[in-house]
Amino acid sequence: MTGQTVVQLTDLAFGYERDRPVLAQINMSVRAGQIVALMGGSGCGKTTVLRLIGGVVRATAGEVRVFGDDVAAMDQAELYRMRERLGMLFQFGALFTDLTVFDNVAFPLRERTNLGERMIRDLVLMKLQAVGLRGASQLMPHQLSGGMSRRVALARGIALDPQLMLFDEPFTGLDPISLATIGTLVRELNDALGASSIIVTHDVQESLNIVDYLYFIAAGRVVAQGTPDEVRASEEPFVRQFVRGEVEGVVPFHQPANDYRSDLLAADR
Amino acid sequence: MATEPQTAIEPKADRPGVLGTLRAALEHLGGWVLRVLIRLGYIGRFAVAVVRFSGPSFARFGLVMREIYFAGVLSLVIISVSGLFVGMVLGLQGYDTLVRYGSANALGTLVALSLLRELGPVVAALLFASRAGSAITAEIGLMKATEQLAAMEMMAVEPIARVVAPRFWGGVISMPLLAAIFSAVGIFGGYVVGVLIVGLDSGSFWSQMQSAVDLRDDLLNGVIKSFVFGVAVTLIAVFEGYDAAPTAEGVSGATTRTVVTSALVILALDVVMTALMFRGI
Ligand SMILES: Nc1ncnc2c1ncn2[C@@H]1O[C@H](COP(=O)(O)OP(=O)(O)O)[C@@H](O)[C@H]1O
Ligand SMILES: [Mg+2]
Repeated sequence: MTGQTVVQLTDLAFGYERDRPVLAQINMSVRAGQIVALMGGSGCGKTTVLRLIGGVVRATAGEVRVFGDDVAAMDQAELYRMRERLGMLFQFGALFTDLTVFDNVAFPLRERTNLGERMIRDLVLMKLQAVGLRGASQLMPHQLSGGMSRRVALARGIALDPQLMLFDEPFTGLDPISLATIGTLVRELNDALGASSIIVTHDVQESLNIVDYLYFIAAGRVVAQGTPDEVRASEEPFVRQFVRGEVEGVVPFHQPANDYRSDLLAADR
Repeated sequence: MATEPQTAIEPKADRPGVLGTLRAALEHLGGWVLRVLIRLGYIGRFAVAVVRFSGPSFARFGLVMREIYFAGVLSLVIISVSGLFVGMVLGLQGYDTLVRYGSANALGTLVALSLLRELGPVVAALLFASRAGSAITAEIGLMKATEQLAAMEMMAVEPIARVVAPRFWGGVISMPLLAAIFSAVGIFGGYVVGVLIVGLDSGSFWSQMQSAVDLRDDLLNGVIKSFVFGVAVTLIAVFEGYDAAPTAEGVSGATTRTVVTSALVILALDVVMTALMFRGI
């Protein structure tokens, strides 16, 4: 379980706009074979961390190393070579709506390899079999349920046998059965591929079951981290609030704003 | 309420003088010009990227064929029907005017020249913008809004090469063909009115047309126009889709902009090209 480091974020800072930093200082690492959960409230920058790892956006300070290489130093071609070893699952699957399930899974194989159609056919059916949807290969994305879409996207994400999988909220909006199915699949596929995974999620209970390590982000920093056992036993206020889902606690319910009374009075003017 | 003392309220700002108003107007105008220029520069860079990433479109021509089907083949019905109507109206109006000067036999010439030089390229392009251009914008915009383009990028596939360039070339290839079909059907419409309904001599209808229409001056210039319109409309359509804000309003706004901008650009380009091509006549 403790192999070489696959992802290393060091003092990472980032903001989409200059005066509004999203991430202030993030330190985390993922080692080969690990599944790491990234947790935090909505809008705290979890997706942004995944985009930084994929090199879609560049850090304003600090360093992102993926497979040992500094992402900021890569040119376009190197970036694309790095992404070939990366599988990303978007929040709602992001399946190509004009392609069948089969063609969606075949897409990365057709675009990024020189394999023949027979070989591609075999590989696609294997990947679909792995997520239990070989029977749906000729359906269009709009004919799938949310859970099925997520599984097709998973099959597409593993089409090129990635060494690192990034999952953006794979459990959101799923019924408990689909949710457990995806959770189990993520663990099984990660171990079968010998890959590492980062899961962005709000679902504490499901992730405590399947992941090896958890990071909690708030206000642009890692505020807590640990193995599932450590998290369950943790007495830290933030972790307890998050694990139990309480509204008020160290994480404020309100966005920072002007004084409530003067805001209301200003409206009367 | 009315009796409350007004001390808390700040005094109104001084009324701006004439100079102030002028300055504000100039600043407004300058800001607008700057925004337009920035956007034009952005479109220009986008166009360069589309051409630069066009390799796969031609290496795998199936990608473009598919877009020719969606942009071109699916526009055939509206193009043909409109062409027929426009040609018939030209026949009716043209006959009504020409017969006063005793030159009703020139009807074929009038219909053919109007269609080949102007109405074919222009009306076909306007229809193409609202039928195919809006669909291209909406499709690309929705692919962006549902993160399909981002997913592609994360799979190390360039969306401009895989999504934008094939649609661009599909539109550029379709547009001149659609304009030609529009003109051909329109001439047939003129024939239906002039010969079949009004009863002009079929032989003189065609022979006058044949001797008056010049291959280079009329036919080729019309083809050039429709090609230029095709480039303009399709570029606007793919750009607006790619540039759309990734939300429902963003996509609907971009679709509207495609149709409106295309119409204005088509008509403006038509003035310029007509002035350059036909001023000697
Ligand atoms: N493309 C963008 N441009 C500007 N701001 C953005 C963009 N994407 C996200 N943000 C902002 O960055 C913050 C973090 O976003 P995100 O990483 O998507 O949060 P999370 O995934 O944790 O919900 C949010 O406040 C969001 O409004
Ligand atoms: Mg997110």
